[in-house]
Amino acid sequence: MKDHFIYPEFEVVRNDNRCIQCRVCERQCANEVHSFDPERGIMLSDETKCVNCQRCVSLCPTRALKIVKSDCRLRENANWADDTIKEIYKQANSGGVLLSSMGNPKPLPVYWDKILINASQVTNPPIDPLREPMETKVFLGKKPEKIKRNEDGELVTETTPQLELSMPVMFSAMSYGSISYNAHASLARAATELGICYNTGEGGLHEDFYIYGPNTVVQVASGRFGVHKDYLEAAAAVEIKMGQGAKPGIGGHLPGAKIVGDVSKTRMIPEGSDAISPAPHHDIYSIEDLRQLVYSLKEATEYKKPVIVKVAAVHNIAAIASGIARSGADIIAIDGFRGGTGAAPTRIRDNVGIPIELALASVDQRLRDEGIRNNVSLVVGGSVRSAADVVKAVALGADAVYVATAALLAMGCHLCRTCQSGKCNWGIATQRPELVKRLNPDMGSRRLVNLMDAWRHEIKELMGGMGINSIESLRGNRLMLRGVGLTDKELEILGISHAGE
Amino acid sequence: MMNINATGLDYKELNEALRQVHNNCTITNCLGQRFIAAGVSDKTLKISGIPGNALGAYLNGAKIEVMGNAQDAVGDTMNDGTIVIHGNVGDAVGYAMRGGHIYVQGNAGYRSGIHMKAYKEKQPAIIIGGRAGSFLGEYQAGGTIIVLGLNGDDKPIVGNFPSTGMHGGKMFLRSDCKGIHFPHQVHARPATEEDLNEISHYLRRFCFYFGHELNELLDHPFTVVTPDSNNPYRQMYVAN
Repeated sequence: MKDHFIYPEFEVVRNDNRCIQCRVCERQCANEVHSFDPERGIMLSDETKCVNCQRCVSLCPTRALKIVKSDCRLRENANWADDTIKEIYKQANSGGVLLSSMGNPKPLPVYWDKILINASQVTNPPIDPLREPMETKVFLGKKPEKIKRNEDGELVTETTPQLELSMPVMFSAMSYGSISYNAHASLARAATELGICYNTGEGGLHEDFYIYGPNTVVQVASGRFGVHKDYLEAAAAVEIKMGQGAKPGIGGHLPGAKIVGDVSKTRMIPEGSDAISPAPHHDIYSIEDLRQLVYSLKEATEYKKPVIVKVAAVHNIAAIASGIARSGADIIAIDGFRGGTGAAPTRIRDNVGIPIELALASVDQRLRDEGIRNNVSLVVGGSVRSAADVVKAVALGADAVYVATAALLAMGCHLCRTCQSGKCNWGIATQRPELVKRLNPDMGSRRLVNLMDAWRHEIKELMGGMGINSIESLRGNRLMLRGVGLTDKELEILGISHAGE
Repeated sequence: MMNINATGLDYKELNEALRQVHNNCTITNCLGQRFIAAGVSDKTLKISGIPGNALGAYLNGAKIEVMGNAQDAVGDTMNDGTIVIHGNVGDAVGYAMRGGHIYVQGNAGYRSGIHMKAYKEKQPAIIIGGRAGSFLGEYQAGGTIIVLGLNGDDKPIVGNFPSTGMHGGKMFLRSDCKGIHFPHQVHARPATEEDLNEISHYLRRFCFYFGHELNELLDHPFTVVTPDSNNPYRQMYVAN
């Protein structure tokens, strides 16, 4: 039902002097904003359908188009913001739960931006990464407590399985179904070329992508879609998904309309049937139960793969992580409240969970205090946006980070936040064949590799500036960080001093 | 036939011993070892004693027969094969099962067949001879769950809240189900002859394993439960 209370959010501005009526915009817009009126010989636009994805703007050959935020506003009100009022209209019109896509857009604190990185001056030399070797390789997994030697005095070098990454970054979970075949192909190929990992999400692994297994993390979520022996064996690591930063405490529901063709085959559920991932794993009500799932996966994969347990950053995350570290998991992944999603109830996304920076600092500290930090590696996600965020995360105690939104942007996402519609004009969050083919995996993977190469150089430069030549020496090195504009309590949780101290 | 004496072996050692076996095998003196035959595809296994939780998790084609009771999460995420239990099973038997068959002679605990699913030729089934606990077939997305209620008492065939969140598959309860409350997203009706034909091969196998007569099973009304497509289990959303 169309809501007449809501004025379109965007305006399509067409410069008629430049428009050549080539109708590219019309063909490119899956939302059907643009149309041609043959009688009057002009292009028309229906702003009510525009999501500001910038596809038409980018492809208009004469730069005749721009999309601007409409300045037709409701009467200003500091308490009742436009969005708040429009959400009420939407719910009054439909009776529905508000559903949003991508990460929390609210102006909540971004701690990365209030943390500054150190550099060497005078008394200790910075390192030039172009001249000297810098190590960005990391190994994720349980680390030995102490050095062991055999009877002949030789070092015992066997460890539990480790995930080797050429740099401390992985592409985080996005399921085939929520994103397209070509998006998965781009991620898989880029991860392989980069020597890092991508993550299948909970939608199973398409048969074409088994060849990328050594660079694939496969997910086991509450719905267990696509989980079977071959899937587990194909992977470099197995991730148990307990929660997601954008929607802690709730499950997933991929509507039957999106379960088509290969998505149905990969998830192993019939076409058109809903894919429901319940909120909990119904066999996990305790750390002991989690341990059972961890070890059933280890037995099924003969102890050859590290097991990751992914949780959302919530209030008692330090205690939760302490439990997970004792469950037999090799890696804990924590997803912060700004993390992205293909679809999440707006109220959950915008109000549930805590920032990843605080969660990471408190978990790392707790595991150190309890003497179990070496039991697990820590991977954090939930809006890591740049190489600087990576360096700050590592210095706060992370072994590696998960990035997804940045990877989507590299592939062409313009963050219009309407993934749930399935009409992604950039060929990413869609299953429509004519849209999927717009994302060329050659180009998608190339752009992902470029982005990560650039980040790797920046990480090396930032490390070099600090006089550090290895990620291992940066991890948990909070002396390299200072806060600006933070309260004593925030500094205490982050375990860093204020700038100037 | 090769025998593994499970006395003194923990689950890791027991499974390691099992990996060395290449066809048929018995396990004796089993005493709560978990994850037995996790992900195994090619063996026939007979267990005496009590296997622990997650027996046959991710089972991939093997056949397991337990000459006694089994514990929780039998056949968790099972893909193919057969598990036959000459006794009762604990909670969550066949969790997210996506292929193969589980036959239980006695009762099953809570959440049997939770989130069982099906795809084309992969049609899993759980056949429970006795009663099933609460939340039977919760979130069932496919496959067949059959409960026979052969206990010979008047207790209800299933506990509370059967088929909550069911959105696929079929459930057969050998009972008129009077007094059993089903959620409004499912449709429960008396089984027709056609319905029963659909499960006759499962019933025959059950009789074969546990020594019943097919007529004895069929002399009682069955109730069929399916999702109600007019009233699906889903949240009402509005794009924001």
